[in-house]
Amino acid sequence: MTDIDALAYTAEHEWVAADGATATVGITDFAADKLGDVVYVDLPAVGVSVTAAQVCGEIESTKSVGELYAPLSGTVVEVNDAVVDDPSLVNTDPYGAGWLVRLEIDPAHLDGLLDRAAYVALTEADA
Amino acid sequence: MSEPLAAQHPAPRSTPLRARHESLGASFTDFGGWMMPVRYSSDLAEHHAVRTAAGLFDISHMAEFLVTGAAAVGFLDYALAGRISTMRVGKAKYSLVLADDGGIVDDVIVYRIADERFLVIANAGNRDAVAAALAERAGRAPVAAAFADGPFEGVFGLAAATDAARIEDVSDELSLIAVQGPLARRVLEATAGISDASPALEDLGYYAWSSASFDGVPLFVARTGYTGEDGFELLVPNDAAGPLWDAVLAAGQPLGLVPAGLAARDTLRLEAGMPLYGHELGRDVRPAQAGLGRAVAADKDDFVGKAGVTPPPGAPVLVGLVAEGRRAGRAGYAVTDADGTRVGEVTSGALSPTLGHPIAMAFLSPSALDAPVFIDVRGTAIPATITALPFYRRNS
Repeated sequence: MTDIDALAYTAEHEWVAADGATATVGITDFAADKLGDVVYVDLPAVGVSVTAAQVCGEIESTKSVGELYAPLSGTVVEVNDAVVDDPSLVNTDPYGAGWLVRLEIDPAHLDGLLDRAAYVALTEADA
Repeated sequence: MSEPLAAQHPAPRSTPLRARHESLGASFTDFGGWMMPVRYSSDLAEHHAVRTAAGLFDISHMAEFLVTGAAAVGFLDYALAGRISTMRVGKAKYSLVLADDGGIVDDVIVYRIADERFLVIANAGNRDAVAAALAERAGRAPVAAAFADGPFEGVFGLAAATDAARIEDVSDELSLIAVQGPLARRVLEATAGISDASPALEDLGYYAWSSASFDGVPLFVARTGYTGEDGFELLVPNDAAGPLWDAVLAAGQPLGLVPAGLAARDTLRLEAGMPLYGHELGRDVRPAQAGLGRAVAADKDDFVGKAGVTPPPGAPVLVGLVAEGRRAGRAGYAVTDADGTRVGEVTSGALSPTLGHPIAMAFLSPSALDAPVFIDVRGTAIPATITALPFYRRNS
């Protein structure tokens, strides 16, 4: 079970779990609920450089298309093939099996992200 | 300058079932000025439940008009595109409200309740437009004699009335609940409190209606729907809507019925090739462009829109598009030819939950129908195949 209080967040509804210079990225349950049933994810390829706050992928539900923003600048080191094969993992386990990509990052940049309390406050203002 | 009447976008309204949707965990969306359930848990699960068992929909946002009196039938023959005078009591008919230039003001279902009594169900977002059109038409020469005291434009409740004919907006008094799916009839037959259906539901044909009662309250049961499945639409006074919803849900859940929201309703109707006003239908669309020529009785002596009902040469036509993979074209996306030249636009699209591949409806230039076409999905040209509608047809 992921401890969601220990994750970092963005205003674009991504979560980040950092382990040294490796960051696992997914979207939050709030974003997944807003999208509805996810039926397609388009993720960046391994080796691609991504830039913080820039679009790096797409998440489609039956009803809409969501853009995946890179929460941090870095290089894609792993992509979750399981979620490409079964996009419903984004809905059923957004903080676990529904993770999207792993990035190699500069840990110093983590300071720019939101903590859980700040993120929750933001979603409550949105709701 | 005077202030605009109230607000341009008044706060969305809620149906009498709002609290029930909340307790069932629904998320809501503003649709046609109403806060409606978009999904309860999973829109895919709701979609599949309707295809395999049954779904329960609150569609109380829709607008209802009663047209009554000796002149009602003549009025409707003039005001609507279809031939209403040949409808038998007990039947329903899909029809169109056309503008003078032949464009579509709304699509409606007309139910003949009695020789001189009709129910017209219109889209929520077009309630004002339909009310205004009916009231205005009541004042026109061909029918004005029947409405000598009218019209009373834009007045809800009573739109126009005399002894000979009366148009009444009854939307605020009535709730509409749809039960759709192959098990819909079994669900209603098992629902406590529903009785005295005449004709019996097993004898009720598609596009026909039955009068029944629910715990002593009059219940109007129509075998109509917007999902491509067998199903029923139940019209009751607002006070009975909650108890009826509860009773249908209780009877249906053991059979696999689930409450279903607008997200599932949209993918269901798209698979069934059914148009949605504002997407496939609009003021700039002639019926034949959208494949609705059959809804127009062009040989009627006179009706509103008759002069303009033929589309101009070269007007875009509605087609079905199917593609491979999982990336769906969405409303507004361009359709191009092999050179990348724009030849049309998607009006509705989704990854079909039943079929497993992307489907879309699109208006295309007639000259583009015999060559390969592509949907521009956010910069990627996805090859698409033009296909006849509907995408999905139930086994009956």
